[in-house]
Amino acid sequence: MPIKTSAEFKIEYMQILDESGNVDASLDPKLSNDALLEIYRQMLLARTFDRKCMNLQRQGRMFTYIPVEGQEACQIGSCFALEKSDWIVPAFRETAAYIARGMPIKTLSYYWMGSEKGNSAPKDVNAFPVSIPVGSQMLHAVGIGWAAKLKKHRTIALTFFGDGATSEGDFYEAINFAGVFKAQMIFLCQNNGWAISIPRSKQTATQTLAQKGIAAGIYSLQVDGMDVLAVYKATKDAAERARKGEGATLIECLTYRLGPHSTSDDPKKYRNQEEADSWKKKDPVDRFKLYLQKKGIWNEALEQKLQADADALVENGIKEAEGDNVPKLEDMFDYVYAEMPLVLKEQYEELKQIENEKKAAGE
Amino acid sequence: MPVEKMNLVQAINACLAQEMERDPNILLMGEDVGVDGGVFRVTDGLQAKFGPERVVDSPLAESGIAGTAIGMAAYGMRPVIEMQFDGFAYFALHQLVLHAAKMRNRTRGRITVPLVVRAPFGGGIRALELHCEPIEISFINTPGIKVVCPSNPYDAKGLLASALQEKDPVLFLEPKRLYRAFKDDVPTERFTVPIGEAKIAREGKDVTIISYGAMTRTCLNTADNIKSEIDCEVVDLRTLSPLDEKTILDSAKKTGRVVVVHEAPKSGGFGGELAALIAEKALMNLQAPIQRVTAPDVPVPLAKLEEFYIPDEFRISRAIRNAMHF
Repeated sequence: MPIKTSAEFKIEYMQILDESGNVDASLDPKLSNDALLEIYRQMLLARTFDRKCMNLQRQGRMFTYIPVEGQEACQIGSCFALEKSDWIVPAFRETAAYIARGMPIKTLSYYWMGSEKGNSAPKDVNAFPVSIPVGSQMLHAVGIGWAAKLKKHRTIALTFFGDGATSEGDFYEAINFAGVFKAQMIFLCQNNGWAISIPRSKQTATQTLAQKGIAAGIYSLQVDGMDVLAVYKATKDAAERARKGEGATLIECLTYRLGPHSTSDDPKKYRNQEEADSWKKKDPVDRFKLYLQKKGIWNEALEQKLQADADALVENGIKEAEGDNVPKLEDMFDYVYAEMPLVLKEQYEELKQIENEKKAAGE
Repeated sequence: MPVEKMNLVQAINACLAQEMERDPNILLMGEDVGVDGGVFRVTDGLQAKFGPERVVDSPLAESGIAGTAIGMAAYGMRPVIEMQFDGFAYFALHQLVLHAAKMRNRTRGRITVPLVVRAPFGGGIRALELHCEPIEISFINTPGIKVVCPSNPYDAKGLLASALQEKDPVLFLEPKRLYRAFKDDVPTERFTVPIGEAKIAREGKDVTIISYGAMTRTCLNTADNIKSEIDCEVVDLRTLSPLDEKTILDSAKKTGRVVVVHEAPKSGGFGGELAALIAEKALMNLQAPIQRVTAPDVPVPLAKLEEFYIPDEFRISRAIRNAMHF
């Protein structure tokens, strides 16, 4: 018997905007001018807030911060393709995604200022909290997308994760469940090349991360993650497939973290500046601006207005958060259970008593 | 022996380097431990010295790290694995609890897992969410794995050297807020501190304070600050499992008054075990109820609320006075 081929696969790669801002007409999702400008507004706002957070951390006004610069297209492009009732399930570098979903700057600031209030999205923002343990959140998105299917809702879930997260066992369990139960959801992988100090090449021996989705029976593709239109279109298509009951999609966005992993880290120790510089030339915000300019819907006056609006939103949000962030003892107790158990009440009363004694002692 | 001033990071780093020279089977593995030298720089310079095969930058997979280390240990290597933060050790819990800790017993000694698991431990550094989880009780309540938690650079170097000659798996908890807090005189030559022995970190006659890790420092400071009023003895457990019952009981019998201090929540925390031990074996020597100073039964909060969560000197001295004036 001759040896036969049991399975073959291919991974497609999509780019719509090239680095000079030229659009591929055959793939252009043909968004309205208003929509394009709204995407740009969100990108500017995200970048402004992100840079502000880096500064605030250095001034001691925030604790550790995890910057997003370079990955705005992945997050804003994908969220723009979602509906209001859809859910996002982020990891920890998704500040731009939260902004795209309408999370107030004040709320986002709380988180990096060390308050749980930052994880509490307003009722009209369907977003899970920041997920610190790498890779653990993807299963939650599968659960949401599975439940939506059981309830015959059109809601889908989109989860963000990085290249490093694909090494965690939970990732494989998530893609497997999504494949088996045809969950209405999207795996949005931001392959930014580095998991702290570990390059993608040392993270996994696979040729692409997208093909891991193929192994679980999920439609998977790669897109240029510095191209907001490509991310938008891939997500829009994936969302349609999910809503039609055709199951999950894994989108591997090829992107780059232009800054450090976090404010505690120095990338000079493990990666060279030439690499970072070469990616800076692909900057998703600059590229999209070039496109808008070529399309004739961007000018310097508009830029100044959008930037001034972003600055004002950021300043106000931070001011509001800083003005209302005095830690209160009860904040630590009130949300542990739906109703506070007696034993916890007693512990609270004791600590409150101690706080009063401290005050009396002048501490 | 010649000594050098070392902080906790330097002491652990020096120990690892020395032990790797001594035993070619020792291998370090973890996330960012190689090129980057670890997020706390504990393994800084070791990859340059020993090469990437002995200081391994692993994929981002705690279960993978622990699981493969079990195989390596069973095959005659001595892996030292790092859980990047205590909270992430939960990703490796099934490997460590269900496999590493039980292998000897399940195979009647045919296969053993001499594995050292290092983890930065405890709070107080205003770290990100879930980076400071009180994981110790999960492992103390797991027979088959030893749990060690030094409170100073000297003990850290000596205990880690012992751990690297242990026949059983050891969880080595490194109090992260002590990493660079102070320096000790630490012998540059190899020495060991035995696993399973507590230390009287401060002698006293009125009240016994029992603690471990970073809280030991807070207890020692409290004892100093209250000394004109009450003479406290501080027991630094150093090894949480197996427990040095004798040192604890001798001190409790001597003073008759006991305060137990830890950062983890109260219910089901290690303080309960210590109190039960003393109640079982020294009840008639006690002159006051055993006091527990712990975190409340709430999730570890983000940085803003940390000051309410971690026991401080005020709370400890209050408990000391309660014990003294009962």
